[in-house]
Amino acid sequence: MQEFFAMGGYGSYVWSAFGISFLIILINLVQPALQHRQAIRDADDFHHQEK
Amino acid sequence: MSSLWSLIRRDLLLAYRRRGEVGNALIFFGLVVLLFPIGIGASETLLAQIAPGLIWIAALLATLMSLDSLFKEDYQDGTLEQWTLSPHSLVAFVWARLISHWLITALPLVAVAPVLALTLNLPADAIGVLLLSLLLGTPVLMFVGAIGVALTTGLQKSSLLLPLLVLPFYIPVLIFGASAVEVSASGWSAAGQLYILAGLFVLGLTLAPFAVASALKVSVSQ
Amino acid sequence: MNIIAKWYYRLGAPNWFYPLTGKMLPWIAVIFLALLIPGLYMGLFTAPADYQQGDSFRIMYVHVPAAWMSMFIYFAMAVAAVVALVWRVRMAEIMIISSAPIGASFALIALITGSLWGKPMWGAWWVWDARLTSELILLFIYLGIFALYNAIENKQTAGRAMSILTLVGVVNLPIIHYSVVWWNTLHQAATVSKFDTPSIHIDMLIPLLLMAAAFQFLYLWILLLKMRANLLEQDLHCGWVKKIIWDRRKAHNGGN
Repeated sequence: MQEFFAMGGYGSYVWSAFGISFLIILINLVQPALQHRQAIRDADDFHHQEK
Repeated sequence: MSSLWSLIRRDLLLAYRRRGEVGNALIFFGLVVLLFPIGIGASETLLAQIAPGLIWIAALLATLMSLDSLFKEDYQDGTLEQWTLSPHSLVAFVWARLISHWLITALPLVAVAPVLALTLNLPADAIGVLLLSLLLGTPVLMFVGAIGVALTTGLQKSSLLLPLLVLPFYIPVLIFGASAVEVSASGWSAAGQLYILAGLFVLGLTLAPFAVASALKVSVSQ
Repeated sequence: MNIIAKWYYRLGAPNWFYPLTGKMLPWIAVIFLALLIPGLYMGLFTAPADYQQGDSFRIMYVHVPAAWMSMFIYFAMAVAAVVALVWRVRMAEIMIISSAPIGASFALIALITGSLWGKPMWGAWWVWDARLTSELILLFIYLGIFALYNAIENKQTAGRAMSILTLVGVVNLPIIHYSVVWWNTLHQAATVSKFDTPSIHIDMLIPLLLMAAAFQFLYLWILLLKMRANLLEQDLHCGWVKKIIWDRRKAHNGGN
Protein backbone atom coordinates (compact mmCIF):
# COMPACT_ATOMS: atom_id res chain seq x y z
CA MET A 1 0.00 0.00 0.00
CA GLN A 2 2.84 2.33 0.92
CA GLU A 3 4.36 1.51 -2.43
CA PHE A 4 1.13 2.30 -4.21
CA PHE A 5 0.96 5.80 -2.76
CA ALA A 6 4.64 6.40 -3.49
CA MET A 7 4.03 5.79 -7.21
CA GLY A 8 7.66 4.89 -7.77
CA GLY A 9 8.81 8.23 -6.40
CA TYR A 10 6.35 10.25 -8.50
CA GLY A 11 3.61 10.12 -5.87
CA SER A 12 3.40 13.84 -5.23
CA TYR A 13 2.99 14.58 -8.96
CA VAL A 14 0.51 11.82 -9.66
CA TRP A 15 -1.67 12.46 -6.63
CA SER A 16 -1.71 16.21 -6.98
CA ALA A 17 -2.66 15.82 -10.67
CA PHE A 18 -5.58 13.56 -9.75
CA GLY A 19 -6.48 15.68 -6.72
CA ILE A 20 -6.60 18.98 -8.60
CA SER A 21 -8.57 17.40 -11.44
CA PHE A 22 -11.05 15.99 -8.94
CA LEU A 23 -11.40 19.39 -7.33
CA ILE A 24 -12.07 21.17 -10.63
CA ILE A 25 -14.64 18.55 -11.60
CA LEU A 26 -16.28 18.81 -8.20
CA ILE A 27 -16.61 22.58 -8.58
CA ASN A 28 -18.20 22.01 -11.98
CA LEU A 29 -20.77 19.69 -10.46
CA VAL A 30 -21.53 21.74 -7.36
CA GLN A 31 -21.79 25.14 -9.04
CA PRO A 32 -24.72 24.28 -11.35
CA ALA A 33 -26.45 22.46 -8.49
CA LEU A 34 -26.25 25.60 -6.35
CA GLN A 35 -27.31 27.78 -9.28
CA HIS A 36 -30.26 25.48 -9.87
CA ARG A 37 -31.31 25.61 -6.22
CA GLN A 38 -31.10 29.39 -6.21
CA ALA A 39 -33.14 29.59 -9.42
CA ILE A 40 -35.82 27.31 -7.95
CA ARG A 41 -35.92 29.50 -4.86
CA ASP A 42 -36.22 32.70 -6.93
CA ALA A 43 -38.91 31.15 -9.11
CA ASP A 44 -40.74 29.99 -6.03
CA ASP A 45 -40.72 33.52 -4.62
CA PHE A 46 -41.83 35.05 -7.89
CA HIS A 47 -44.72 32.69 -8.53
CA HIS A 48 -45.74 32.81 -4.91
CA GLN A 49 -46.18 36.57 -4.99
CA GLU A 50 -48.04 36.33 -8.25
CA LYS A 51 -50.46 33.65 -7.05
CA MET B 1 -18.35 49.85 -56.65
CA SER B 2 -18.65 53.63 -56.91
CA SER B 3 -20.40 53.69 -53.54
CA LEU B 4 -17.47 51.75 -52.12
CA TRP B 5 -15.09 54.36 -53.41
CA SER B 6 -17.16 57.28 -52.16
CA LEU B 7 -17.32 55.68 -48.73
CA ILE B 8 -13.55 55.35 -48.61
CA ARG B 9 -13.13 58.95 -49.77
CA ARG B 10 -15.50 60.17 -47.08
CA ASP B 11 -13.60 58.30 -44.36
CA LEU B 12 -10.27 59.61 -45.59
CA LEU B 13 -11.57 63.16 -45.65
CA LEU B 14 -12.94 62.85 -42.13
CA ALA B 15 -9.63 61.43 -40.95
CA TYR B 16 -7.75 64.28 -42.59
CA ARG B 17 -9.82 66.79 -40.66
CA ARG B 18 -8.98 65.01 -37.43
CA ARG B 19 -5.29 64.44 -37.91
CA GLY B 20 -4.57 64.43 -34.19
CA GLU B 21 -6.51 61.26 -33.54
CA VAL B 22 -4.84 59.49 -36.41
CA GLY B 23 -1.46 60.15 -34.84
CA ASN B 24 -2.42 58.47 -31.57
CA ALA B 25 -1.87 54.93 -32.81
CA LEU B 26 1.56 55.95 -34.08
CA ILE B 27 2.54 57.46 -30.77
CA PHE B 28 1.33 54.36 -28.98
CA PHE B 29 3.42 52.21 -31.32
CA GLY B 30 6.53 54.26 -30.56
CA LEU B 31 5.87 54.18 -26.83
CA VAL B 32 5.47 50.42 -26.66
CA VAL B 33 8.75 49.95 -28.52
CA LEU B 34 10.38 52.42 -26.13
CA LEU B 35 9.27 50.39 -23.11
CA PHE B 36 11.24 47.30 -24.07
CA PRO B 37 14.81 48.63 -23.95
CA ILE B 38 13.91 50.30 -20.67
CA GLY B 39 12.39 47.19 -19.18
CA ILE B 40 14.81 44.62 -20.54
CA GLY B 41 18.05 46.59 -20.78
CA ALA B 42 19.67 48.38 -23.66
CA SER B 43 22.13 45.68 -24.66
CA GLU B 44 22.51 46.03 -28.42
CA THR B 45 22.90 42.35 -29.20
CA LEU B 46 19.92 41.42 -27.05
CA LEU B 47 17.75 44.08 -28.66
CA ALA B 48 18.78 43.03 -32.15
CA GLN B 49 17.83 39.50 -31.26
CA ILE B 50 14.35 40.32 -29.99
CA ALA B 51 13.68 43.22 -32.39
CA PRO B 52 11.57 41.23 -34.93
CA GLY B 53 9.15 39.90 -32.33
CA LEU B 54 9.13 43.15 -30.42
CA ILE B 55 8.22 45.34 -33.39
CA TRP B 56 5.58 42.88 -34.42
CA ILE B 57 4.03 42.78 -30.95
CA ALA B 58 4.05 46.58 -30.77
CA ALA B 59 2.46 46.86 -34.22
CA LEU B 60 -0.12 44.27 -33.25
CA LEU B 61 -1.09 46.12 -30.08
CA ALA B 62 -1.20 49.48 -31.86
CA THR B 63 -3.48 48.02 -34.53
CA LEU B 64 -5.71 46.52 -31.86
CA MET B 65 -5.96 49.82 -30.00
CA SER B 66 -6.83 51.72 -33.15
CA LEU B 67 -9.66 49.31 -33.91
CA ASP B 68 -11.74 50.42 -30.97
CA SER B 69 -13.26 53.30 -32.91
CA LEU B 70 -13.90 51.30 -36.07
CA PHE B 71 -17.71 51.29 -35.96
CA LYS B 72 -18.37 53.29 -32.81
CA GLU B 73 -19.49 56.54 -34.40
CA ASP B 74 -21.56 54.81 -37.05
CA TYR B 75 -23.24 52.86 -34.31
CA GLN B 76 -23.95 55.88 -32.15
CA ASP B 77 -25.30 58.17 -34.86
CA GLY B 78 -27.45 55.44 -36.39
CA THR B 79 -25.58 55.15 -39.68
CA LEU B 80 -25.01 51.47 -39.02
CA GLU B 81 -28.68 50.81 -38.50
CA GLN B 82 -29.47 52.60 -41.75
CA TRP B 83 -26.96 50.42 -43.53
CA THR B 84 -28.37 47.19 -42.20
CA LEU B 85 -31.84 48.27 -43.29
CA SER B 86 -30.85 49.72 -46.66
CA PRO B 87 -30.62 47.62 -49.83
CA HIS B 88 -26.89 48.36 -50.01
CA SER B 89 -24.67 45.50 -49.02
CA LEU B 90 -23.38 45.66 -45.48
CA VAL B 91 -20.39 43.61 -46.58
CA ALA B 92 -19.41 46.34 -49.04
CA PHE B 93 -19.68 48.88 -46.24
CA VAL B 94 -17.42 46.75 -44.07
CA TRP B 95 -14.90 46.35 -46.86
CA ALA B 96 -14.79 50.08 -47.49
CA ARG B 97 -14.45 50.85 -43.82
CA LEU B 98 -11.63 48.34 -43.38
CA ILE B 99 -9.73 49.65 -46.37
CA SER B 100 -9.98 53.25 -45.23
CA HIS B 101 -9.15 52.34 -41.65
CA TRP B 102 -6.09 50.44 -42.80
CA LEU B 103 -4.95 53.37 -44.92
CA ILE B 104 -5.46 55.80 -42.06
CA THR B 105 -3.99 53.88 -39.12
CA ALA B 106 -1.93 50.92 -40.28
CA LEU B 107 -0.13 52.40 -43.26
CA PRO B 108 1.58 55.13 -41.19
CA LEU B 109 2.50 52.42 -38.72
CA VAL B 110 4.17 50.39 -41.42
CA ALA B 111 5.98 53.49 -42.64
CA VAL B 112 7.37 54.25 -39.18
CA ALA B 113 8.36 50.67 -38.37
CA PRO B 114 11.76 50.79 -40.17
CA VAL B 115 12.86 53.78 -38.09
CA LEU B 116 11.94 51.97 -34.88
CA ALA B 117 13.62 48.82 -36.19
CA LEU B 118 16.86 50.74 -36.66
CA THR B 119 16.74 52.04 -33.09
CA LEU B 120 16.56 48.41 -31.99
CA ASN B 121 19.58 47.44 -34.08
CA LEU B 122 17.67 45.25 -36.48
CA PRO B 123 20.04 44.46 -39.39
CA ALA B 124 19.28 46.77 -42.32
CA ASP B 125 18.93 43.80 -44.66
CA ALA B 126 15.83 42.66 -42.83
CA ILE B 127 13.97 45.94 -43.18
CA GLY B 128 12.57 45.14 -46.60
CA VAL B 129 11.05 41.93 -45.26
CA LEU B 130 9.79 43.77 -42.18
CA LEU B 131 7.92 46.21 -44.40
CA LEU B 132 6.55 43.45 -46.58
CA SER B 133 5.47 41.30 -43.62
CA LEU B 134 3.72 44.26 -42.00
CA LEU B 135 2.03 45.18 -45.29
CA LEU B 136 0.64 41.65 -45.54
CA GLY B 137 0.05 41.09 -41.83
CA THR B 138 -1.61 44.29 -40.60
CA PRO B 139 -4.65 43.87 -42.90
CA VAL B 140 -5.17 40.39 -41.42
CA LEU B 141 -5.05 41.93 -37.94
CA MET B 142 -7.67 44.43 -39.09
CA PHE B 143 -9.93 41.76 -40.57
CA VAL B 144 -9.85 39.52 -37.52
CA GLY B 145 -9.99 42.44 -35.11
CA ALA B 146 -12.99 43.90 -36.89
CA ILE B 147 -14.99 40.77 -36.05
CA GLY B 148 -14.28 41.38 -32.38
CA VAL B 149 -15.13 45.07 -32.71
CA ALA B 150 -18.40 44.27 -34.47
CA LEU B 151 -19.36 41.86 -31.69
CA THR B 152 -18.67 44.40 -28.94
CA THR B 153 -19.87 47.57 -30.69
CA GLY B 154 -23.17 47.83 -28.88
CA LEU B 155 -21.65 47.53 -25.44
CA GLN B 156 -21.13 50.46 -23.13
CA LYS B 157 -18.19 48.97 -21.31
CA SER B 158 -16.12 46.84 -23.61
CA SER B 159 -12.63 48.18 -23.08
CA LEU B 160 -10.94 44.97 -22.01
CA LEU B 161 -13.25 42.60 -23.79
CA LEU B 162 -11.95 43.30 -27.29
CA PRO B 163 -8.33 42.20 -26.67
CA LEU B 164 -9.65 39.19 -24.80
CA LEU B 165 -11.67 38.09 -27.82
CA VAL B 166 -9.20 39.01 -30.52
CA LEU B 167 -5.68 38.35 -29.26
CA PRO B 168 -5.84 34.52 -29.44
CA PHE B 169 -6.68 34.83 -33.13
CA TYR B 170 -3.70 37.12 -33.71
CA ILE B 171 -1.22 34.39 -32.84
CA PRO B 172 -0.72 32.91 -36.35
CA VAL B 173 -0.03 36.35 -37.82
CA LEU B 174 2.43 37.11 -35.04
CA ILE B 175 4.20 33.78 -35.50
CA PHE B 176 4.71 34.13 -39.22
CA GLY B 177 5.28 37.88 -39.23
CA ALA B 178 7.95 37.83 -36.55
CA SER B 179 9.51 34.70 -37.99
CA ALA B 180 9.78 36.26 -41.46
CA VAL B 181 11.75 39.19 -40.08
CA GLU B 182 13.84 37.00 -37.81
CA VAL B 183 14.78 34.62 -40.59
CA SER B 184 15.76 37.39 -42.95
CA ALA B 185 17.78 39.07 -40.19
CA SER B 186 19.76 35.84 -39.98
CA GLY B 187 20.38 36.04 -43.71
CA TRP B 188 17.96 33.40 -44.97
CA SER B 189 15.04 33.65 -47.31
CA ALA B 190 11.71 34.54 -45.72
CA ALA B 191 9.69 33.54 -48.78
CA GLY B 192 7.84 30.72 -47.00
CA GLN B 193 6.62 32.88 -44.14
CA LEU B 194 5.61 35.66 -46.52
CA TYR B 195 3.62 33.22 -48.65
CA ILE B 196 1.77 32.02 -45.58
CA LEU B 197 1.06 35.62 -44.54
CA ALA B 198 -0.24 36.25 -48.06
CA GLY B 199 -2.46 33.19 -47.68
CA LEU B 200 -3.83 34.47 -44.38
CA PHE B 201 -4.39 37.83 -46.05
CA VAL B 202 -6.48 36.29 -48.81
CA LEU B 203 -8.38 34.17 -46.30
CA GLY B 204 -9.13 37.20 -44.14
CA LEU B 205 -10.07 39.36 -47.10
CA THR B 206 -12.62 36.87 -48.35
CA LEU B 207 -14.11 35.49 -45.13
CA ALA B 208 -13.84 38.15 -42.44
CA PRO B 209 -16.12 40.85 -43.96
CA PHE B 210 -19.00 38.38 -43.95
CA ALA B 211 -18.41 37.53 -40.31
CA VAL B 212 -18.10 41.25 -39.51
CA ALA B 213 -21.33 42.04 -41.34
CA SER B 214 -23.32 39.34 -39.55
CA ALA B 215 -21.84 40.38 -36.20
CA LEU B 216 -22.81 43.99 -36.90
CA LYS B 217 -26.36 42.92 -37.67
CA VAL B 218 -26.53 41.20 -34.30
CA SER B 219 -25.08 44.21 -32.48
CA VAL B 220 -27.45 46.64 -34.17
CA SER B 221 -30.51 44.53 -33.45
CA GLN B 222 -30.21 44.86 -29.68
CA MET C 1 -47.34 31.67 -38.22
CA ASN C 2 -43.73 32.59 -38.05
CA ILE C 3 -44.24 34.28 -34.72
CA ILE C 4 -46.06 31.26 -33.39
CA ALA C 5 -43.24 28.98 -34.53
CA LYS C 6 -40.72 31.26 -32.89
CA TRP C 7 -42.58 31.32 -29.62
CA TYR C 8 -43.00 27.61 -29.79
CA TYR C 9 -39.25 27.26 -29.96
CA ARG C 10 -38.68 29.77 -27.23
CA LEU C 11 -41.14 28.34 -24.77
CA GLY C 12 -42.05 24.89 -25.98
CA ALA C 13 -38.62 23.35 -25.95
CA PRO C 14 -37.60 23.95 -22.30
CA ASN C 15 -40.98 22.72 -21.23
CA TRP C 16 -40.09 19.38 -22.76
CA PHE C 17 -36.37 19.45 -22.10
CA TYR C 18 -36.41 20.13 -18.38
CA PRO C 19 -38.41 17.17 -17.05
CA LEU C 20 -36.86 14.75 -19.55
CA THR C 21 -33.29 15.61 -18.56
CA GLY C 22 -34.33 15.49 -14.93
CA LYS C 23 -35.14 11.82 -15.42
CA MET C 24 -31.92 11.20 -17.37
CA LEU C 25 -29.50 12.74 -14.89
CA PRO C 26 -29.25 9.86 -12.35
CA TRP C 27 -28.65 7.35 -15.14
CA ILE C 28 -25.90 9.46 -16.64
CA ALA C 29 -24.25 9.76 -13.23
CA VAL C 30 -24.44 5.98 -12.77
CA ILE C 31 -22.90 5.28 -16.18
CA PHE C 32 -20.16 7.81 -15.44
CA LEU C 33 -19.26 6.09 -12.18
CA ALA C 34 -19.49 2.65 -13.78
CA LEU C 35 -16.87 3.73 -16.30
CA LEU C 36 -14.78 5.83 -13.94
CA ILE C 37 -14.24 3.31 -11.15
CA PRO C 38 -12.80 0.46 -13.26
CA GLY C 39 -10.91 3.04 -15.34
CA LEU C 40 -9.27 4.52 -12.26
CA TYR C 41 -8.64 1.11 -10.73
CA MET C 42 -6.96 -0.27 -13.81
CA GLY C 43 -5.12 2.95 -14.50
CA LEU C 44 -3.69 3.31 -11.02
CA PHE C 45 -3.29 -0.36 -9.99
CA THR C 46 -3.17 -2.93 -12.72
CA ALA C 47 -1.60 -1.08 -15.66
CA PRO C 48 2.16 -1.78 -15.65
CA ALA C 49 4.53 1.13 -15.03
CA ASP C 50 6.03 2.68 -18.13
CA TYR C 51 9.59 1.48 -18.74
CA GLN C 52 10.76 5.04 -19.40
CA GLN C 53 8.54 7.24 -17.27
CA GLY C 54 7.87 4.91 -14.37
CA ASP C 55 4.61 5.58 -12.56
CA SER C 56 4.45 9.23 -13.57
CA PHE C 57 2.76 8.17 -16.82
CA ARG C 58 -0.39 7.45 -14.82
CA ILE C 59 -1.12 11.16 -14.98
CA MET C 60 -1.97 10.38 -18.60
CA TYR C 61 -5.27 8.83 -17.46
CA VAL C 62 -6.62 12.20 -16.53
CA HIS C 63 -4.47 14.43 -18.75
CA VAL C 64 -5.24 12.82 -22.11
CA PRO C 65 -9.02 12.42 -21.66
CA ALA C 66 -9.23 16.01 -20.38
CA ALA C 67 -7.31 17.29 -23.41
CA TRP C 68 -9.53 15.24 -25.73
CA MET C 69 -12.65 16.58 -24.04
CA SER C 70 -11.47 20.17 -24.28
CA MET C 71 -11.28 19.74 -28.05
CA PHE C 72 -14.43 17.67 -28.37
CA ILE C 73 -16.47 20.23 -26.44
CA TYR C 74 -15.33 23.00 -28.75
CA PHE C 75 -16.36 20.93 -31.73
CA ALA C 76 -19.76 20.26 -30.15
CA MET C 77 -20.15 23.99 -29.47
CA ALA C 78 -19.34 24.81 -33.09
CA VAL C 79 -22.03 22.40 -34.29
CA ALA C 80 -24.48 23.98 -31.86
CA ALA C 81 -23.44 27.43 -33.11
CA VAL C 82 -24.41 26.49 -36.67
CA VAL C 83 -27.75 25.18 -35.42
CA ALA C 84 -28.27 28.33 -33.34
CA LEU C 85 -27.50 30.71 -36.20
CA VAL C 86 -29.24 28.89 -39.03
CA TRP C 87 -32.40 27.71 -37.28
CA ARG C 88 -32.45 30.18 -34.40
CA VAL C 89 -32.75 27.41 -31.84
CA ARG C 90 -32.44 28.93 -28.43
CA MET C 91 -31.63 25.62 -26.79
CA ALA C 92 -28.46 25.45 -28.90
CA GLU C 93 -27.36 28.79 -27.48
CA ILE C 94 -27.99 27.58 -23.95
CA MET C 95 -25.94 24.51 -24.80
CA ILE C 96 -23.01 26.66 -26.00
CA ILE C 97 -22.96 28.94 -22.99
CA SER C 98 -23.31 25.97 -20.66
CA SER C 99 -20.47 24.15 -22.45
CA ALA C 100 -17.95 26.99 -22.49
CA PRO C 101 -17.04 26.84 -18.77
CA ILE C 102 -16.90 23.03 -18.91
CA GLY C 103 -14.54 23.16 -21.89
CA ALA C 104 -12.44 25.74 -20.09
CA SER C 105 -12.34 23.49 -17.01
CA PHE C 106 -11.15 20.50 -19.03
CA ALA C 107 -8.53 22.67 -20.75
CA LEU C 108 -7.41 23.85 -17.33
CA ILE C 109 -7.21 20.25 -16.07
CA ALA C 110 -5.17 19.29 -19.15
CA LEU C 111 -2.80 22.22 -18.56
CA ILE C 112 -2.31 21.60 -14.85
CA THR C 113 -1.86 17.85 -15.19
CA GLY C 114 0.39 18.41 -18.20
CA SER C 115 2.52 20.69 -16.09
CA LEU C 116 2.62 18.15 -13.24
CA TRP C 117 3.60 15.47 -15.72
CA GLY C 118 6.14 17.71 -17.39
CA LYS C 119 8.00 18.58 -14.19
CA PRO C 120 9.51 15.11 -13.60
CA MET C 121 9.85 14.44 -17.35
CA TRP C 122 11.22 17.73 -18.64
CA GLY C 123 12.54 19.13 -15.39
CA ALA C 124 10.39 22.26 -15.72
CA TRP C 125 6.86 23.14 -14.69
CA TRP C 126 6.11 24.67 -18.02
CA VAL C 127 7.61 24.06 -21.41
CA TRP C 128 6.42 25.96 -24.46
CA ASP C 129 5.62 22.73 -26.20
CA ALA C 130 3.21 22.88 -29.12
CA ARG C 131 0.44 20.93 -27.41
CA LEU C 132 0.55 22.82 -24.13
CA THR C 133 0.66 26.16 -25.98
CA SER C 134 -2.30 25.23 -28.18
CA GLU C 135 -4.20 24.07 -25.13
CA LEU C 136 -3.51 27.38 -23.41
CA ILE C 137 -4.77 29.31 -26.44
CA LEU C 138 -7.88 27.12 -26.47
CA LEU C 139 -8.46 27.98 -22.81
CA PHE C 140 -8.30 31.68 -23.65
CA ILE C 141 -10.76 31.23 -26.51
CA TYR C 142 -13.20 29.50 -24.16
CA LEU C 143 -12.84 32.32 -21.68
CA GLY C 144 -13.41 34.89 -24.43
CA ILE C 145 -16.67 33.23 -25.48
CA PHE C 146 -17.82 33.13 -21.89
CA ALA C 147 -16.85 36.77 -21.29
CA LEU C 148 -18.64 37.96 -24.42
CA TYR C 149 -21.89 36.25 -23.43
CA ASN C 150 -21.78 37.69 -19.95
CA ALA C 151 -20.92 41.19 -21.16
CA ILE C 152 -24.07 41.50 -23.30
CA GLU C 153 -27.16 42.16 -21.24
CA ASN C 154 -29.75 41.10 -23.78
CA LYS C 155 -29.44 37.32 -23.76
CA GLN C 156 -30.89 36.92 -27.25
CA THR C 157 -28.19 39.18 -28.68
CA ALA C 158 -25.59 37.60 -26.44
CA GLY C 159 -26.48 34.14 -27.71
CA ARG C 160 -26.11 35.11 -31.35
CA ALA C 161 -22.90 37.09 -30.81
CA MET C 162 -21.43 34.14 -28.93
CA SER C 163 -22.44 31.74 -31.72
CA ILE C 164 -20.65 33.89 -34.29
CA LEU C 165 -17.53 34.04 -32.14
CA THR C 166 -17.63 30.26 -31.68
CA LEU C 167 -17.73 29.77 -35.44
CA VAL C 168 -14.91 32.28 -36.01
CA GLY C 169 -12.97 30.24 -33.47
CA VAL C 170 -13.57 26.93 -35.21
CA VAL C 171 -12.25 28.36 -38.48
CA ASN C 172 -9.20 29.75 -36.71
CA LEU C 173 -8.35 26.89 -34.37
CA PRO C 174 -6.71 24.65 -37.01
CA ILE C 175 -4.73 27.63 -38.31
CA ILE C 176 -3.62 28.51 -34.79
CA HIS C 177 -2.76 24.90 -33.98
CA TYR C 178 -0.64 24.35 -37.09
CA SER C 179 1.16 27.67 -36.77
CA VAL C 180 1.98 26.86 -33.15
CA VAL C 181 3.29 23.43 -34.16
CA TRP C 182 5.39 25.06 -36.87
CA TRP C 183 6.64 27.75 -34.47
CA ASN C 184 7.52 25.08 -31.95
CA THR C 185 9.60 22.98 -34.35
CA LEU C 186 11.38 26.15 -35.41
CA HIS C 187 12.32 27.25 -31.92
CA GLN C 188 12.77 24.00 -30.07
CA ALA C 189 13.89 21.47 -32.59
CA ALA C 190 16.07 19.81 -29.92
CA THR C 191 13.24 19.00 -27.51
CA VAL C 192 12.59 15.31 -27.56
CA SER C 193 9.00 14.81 -26.66
CA LYS C 194 8.64 11.84 -24.38
CA PHE C 195 4.89 12.09 -24.79
CA ASP C 196 5.15 10.62 -28.26
CA THR C 197 4.71 6.98 -27.45
CA PRO C 198 4.51 5.22 -30.81
CA SER C 199 2.74 2.14 -29.51
CA ILE C 200 0.86 1.80 -26.27
CA HIS C 201 0.48 -1.46 -24.44
CA ILE C 202 -3.03 -2.89 -24.38
CA ASP C 203 -3.08 -2.95 -20.57
CA MET C 204 -2.37 0.77 -20.62
CA LEU C 205 -4.83 1.48 -23.40
CA ILE C 206 -7.94 -0.07 -21.88
CA PRO C 207 -8.03 2.19 -18.79
CA LEU C 208 -7.35 5.17 -21.05
CA LEU C 209 -10.36 4.35 -23.18
CA LEU C 210 -12.49 3.76 -20.09
CA MET C 211 -11.47 7.13 -18.69
CA ALA C 212 -12.15 8.83 -22.02
CA ALA C 213 -15.65 7.32 -22.12
CA ALA C 214 -16.20 8.27 -18.48
CA PHE C 215 -15.27 11.88 -19.26
CA GLN C 216 -17.79 11.96 -22.09
CA PHE C 217 -20.53 11.08 -19.63
CA LEU C 218 -19.11 13.50 -17.11
CA TYR C 219 -19.43 16.25 -19.71
CA LEU C 220 -22.99 15.23 -20.46
CA TRP C 221 -23.79 15.21 -16.77
CA ILE C 222 -22.36 18.67 -16.06
CA LEU C 223 -23.79 20.01 -19.31
CA LEU C 224 -27.34 18.98 -18.45
CA LEU C 225 -27.00 20.32 -14.91
CA LYS C 226 -25.79 23.65 -16.23
CA MET C 227 -28.34 23.86 -19.02
CA ARG C 228 -31.19 23.19 -16.59
CA ALA C 229 -29.90 25.79 -14.15
CA ASN C 230 -29.37 28.38 -16.92
CA LEU C 231 -32.80 27.71 -18.42
CA LEU C 232 -34.54 28.06 -15.10
CA GLU C 233 -32.66 31.24 -14.32
CA GLN C 234 -33.46 32.87 -17.66
CA ASP C 235 -37.08 31.76 -17.81
CA LEU C 236 -37.88 32.60 -14.21
CA HIS C 237 -41.12 34.36 -15.16
CA CYS C 238 -42.25 31.93 -17.85
CA GLY C 239 -45.23 29.62 -17.64
CA TRP C 240 -43.31 26.37 -17.75
CA VAL C 241 -41.30 27.36 -14.68
CA LYS C 242 -44.51 28.28 -12.92
CA LYS C 243 -45.90 24.86 -13.69
CA ILE C 244 -42.78 23.18 -12.30
CA ILE C 245 -42.97 25.26 -9.16
CA TRP C 246 -46.63 24.40 -8.65
CA ASP C 247 -45.96 20.73 -9.22
CA ARG C 248 -43.15 20.85 -6.71
CA ARG C 249 -45.38 22.52 -4.16
CA LYS C 250 -48.14 20.03 -4.72
CA ALA C 251 -45.71 17.15 -4.25
CA HIS C 252 -44.34 18.82 -1.16
CA ASN C 253 -47.74 19.42 0.39
CA GLY C 254 -48.86 15.91 -0.54
CA GLY C 255 -45.82 14.57 1.28
CA ASN C 256 -46.82 16.31 4.47
